[in-house]
Amino acid sequence: MNAQHQPTGSAYFIAAETARPESHTLSVLVDNEPGVLARVIGLFSGRGYNIESLTVSETEHEAHLSRITIVTTATPNVLEQIKSQLERIVPVHRVVDLTVRSAELGHDKPLERELALIKVSGTGDNRVEALRLADAFRAQVIDANTEHFIFEITGRVSKIEQFIAIMRPLGLVEICRTGIAAMNRGPQGM
Amino acid sequence: MAGKQMEMTGAEMVLQALKDNGVEHIFGYPGGAVLPIYDELHQQDDIEHILVRHEQGAGHMAEGYARSTGKPGVVLVTSGPGATNVVTALQDALMDSIPLVCLTGQVPTSLIGSDAFQECDTVGITRPCTKHNWLVKDVNQLSRVIHEAFRIATTGRPGPVVVDIPKDVQFATGIYTPPSPVIEQKSYQPKLSGDLEKIRAAIDLMAGAKRPIIYSGGGVINSGREASQLLRELVELTGFPITSTLMGLGAYPASGKNWMGMLGMHGTYEANMAMHDCDVMICIGARFDDRITGRLDAFSPNSKKIHIDIDPSSINKNVHTDIGILGDIGHVLEDMVRLWRASKKTDRSQLADWWTQIAKWKGRNSLAYPSNKDVIMPQYAIQRLYELTKNRDTYITTEVGQHQMWAAQFYGFEEPNRWMTSGGLGTMGYGFPAAVGVQVAHRDSLVIDIAGDASIQMCIQEMSCAVQYELPVKIFILNNQYMGMVRQWQQLLHGNRLSHSYTESMPDFVMLAEAYGGVGIRCDKPDDLDGAIQQMIDTPRPVIFDCRVAALANCFPMIPSGKAHNEMLLPDEATDEAVANAIDAKGRALV
Repeated sequence: MNAQHQPTGSAYFIAAETARPESHTLSVLVDNEPGVLARVIGLFSGRGYNIESLTVSETEHEAHLSRITIVTTATPNVLEQIKSQLERIVPVHRVVDLTVRSAELGHDKPLERELALIKVSGTGDNRVEALRLADAFRAQVIDANTEHFIFEITGRVSKIEQFIAIMRPLGLVEICRTGIAAMNRGPQGM
Repeated sequence: MAGKQMEMTGAEMVLQALKDNGVEHIFGYPGGAVLPIYDELHQQDDIEHILVRHEQGAGHMAEGYARSTGKPGVVLVTSGPGATNVVTALQDALMDSIPLVCLTGQVPTSLIGSDAFQECDTVGITRPCTKHNWLVKDVNQLSRVIHEAFRIATTGRPGPVVVDIPKDVQFATGIYTPPSPVIEQKSYQPKLSGDLEKIRAAIDLMAGAKRPIIYSGGGVINSGREASQLLRELVELTGFPITSTLMGLGAYPASGKNWMGMLGMHGTYEANMAMHDCDVMICIGARFDDRITGRLDAFSPNSKKIHIDIDPSSINKNVHTDIGILGDIGHVLEDMVRLWRASKKTDRSQLADWWTQIAKWKGRNSLAYPSNKDVIMPQYAIQRLYELTKNRDTYITTEVGQHQMWAAQFYGFEEPNRWMTSGGLGTMGYGFPAAVGVQVAHRDSLVIDIAGDASIQMCIQEMSCAVQYELPVKIFILNNQYMGMVRQWQQLLHGNRLSHSYTESMPDFVMLAEAYGGVGIRCDKPDDLDGAIQQMIDTPRPVIFDCRVAALANCFPMIPSGKAHNEMLLPDEATDEAVANAIDAKGRALV
């Protein structure tokens, strides 16, 4: 969302940033109160950090806790800053860099899933082809008439993007994606 | 009636909560959306309300009050413009870590979002310029929120908070709950004690240092008086040289034998050179701001760095730290002093060469300025002010610009909480209202705002407030007719094309003082200066002192933008040509 790749902090970063930016997935546990999402998003825009994906929903109703999952790309130094800055927000309980944590746990990367709704309209061969491919991708038909389908597909981001690319020439009309939900493998909590 | 719940209106709760949190003074301005609270204020005597002339003034007064007392400053303003006017002070307090509790009125809950008269999205506007903020829609939450507001403003890294209270909530009746000693909040738990292992590692590193330096900041002052005492003890025990940021002046006394003067863009040559050449740097409650570090890739290249801070985001933000100790300065310094005492490694002789080198740098006399018999040099004015006030109970505030740097260079601060200046945000107009706030807290002290002729005009309206409350604040203006620092930068960066930095129409400050009901003094001769300053000190009323100084004096030494600590521009080398070529193309883009 913020396309800037500026190093953060002082304007006196004259030296070119040599570290390579990495994509990391952060889980942020927050109090579910008004304005909390604005605080998180405002932090990212105000300090020039990237947001590539963001999902948020209440996860523990009794405790009024929500879980925000953010995918961001930054150099290791900036990632450390992002985590510290998020932890300064008063209603933030915990920030876990799932990418770092999964490496600590000996895994390749965190489990990441996204859900997409995809509307495809058409008749004839295209329609048959769309349905056949949807089946191959294990996408569900959740609405249809003689001129369209709405597919529900869940999976890794790459799978969804591939499915969208395939549907594009077959009459793609509309896409809605949830953004990434993520968690680490194994019995431990976040 | 501590611990007892009581039924009362929202407006009554506000007053009760302020009293229960130990508030004695608030700074504010009434308006439609806070009238119920003002009605309650009218019917009690425990809390004194200071009526300001502009809400920005209220914010800065509360800042001055907070910094000179260590207690939170409290502001009360109305909705809409009342809230937006205080934004500058909130951001100022955020950047300088000053505890403020700002209560704002809001339109009734039923009108929120309807573009009602004097409505603004106060929590939205103040979200990035506060540590935290709340919109209270339920009167039964009001007391809890206000208590929480005080806790968040004053604990951890202090900062400003806003509590936005709709008018119907002020009228509504609900249950008041007194502050609880048990903290219910789970998410916000600042850490006070530092990791002992890391403190031990820091002590080991310090014990082996041959060229150490302590670089302390405002965090020491925020941590409380004991922290300053412990810092002095640590310096005494280790024999290390110490420098400080603008914000940290006074934590270690300027008369102390290990004092190097302020560091940074306008810091002393010896402080900056020592920072550059040191082998161990101990940063205590400072944040490696760009005014301090200069060019980052050449910042203290051969040192191991220890950083003590209560805010984890300050550690490793701008400069890589070898040992980052997260905790309250007072707590960490206590451990450090104890562990240093317990260790036997206190061989001072290994520092002898370092002190010899420092003495050489000091010999450059980087604060020198040409003396003048006919015109008052601004540096001389500060020196005389210092000499004539140093044995009194004096507090100094400043505006922002050359005068601020000269005050930091030439006024010697012996104690913490005596020096109030806008460091992070650099707010012109800060100093005078801050001085008013200091005087409210310290009625019998001498409170002086060292000002520039441009800055002072940004919040001059508070003269009316000072006169009303008989607050004998002194405004000492170094009047050179220019926005001096802007002019200096135009000379450095833009071929001396002085675009809009000269004030062609200046008020007569003596008449202005009199118009407000204060006293005006003017001085333009070096020989008259001492007498005039004495007259100012002896006047038990607000004074505007118009000190006419050399118009084109530059503030040196200076690290030009984009340069490193060892590339300072020193006063005796600052020829017109050197000044014109001091900053290269890259540096020109920086602030």
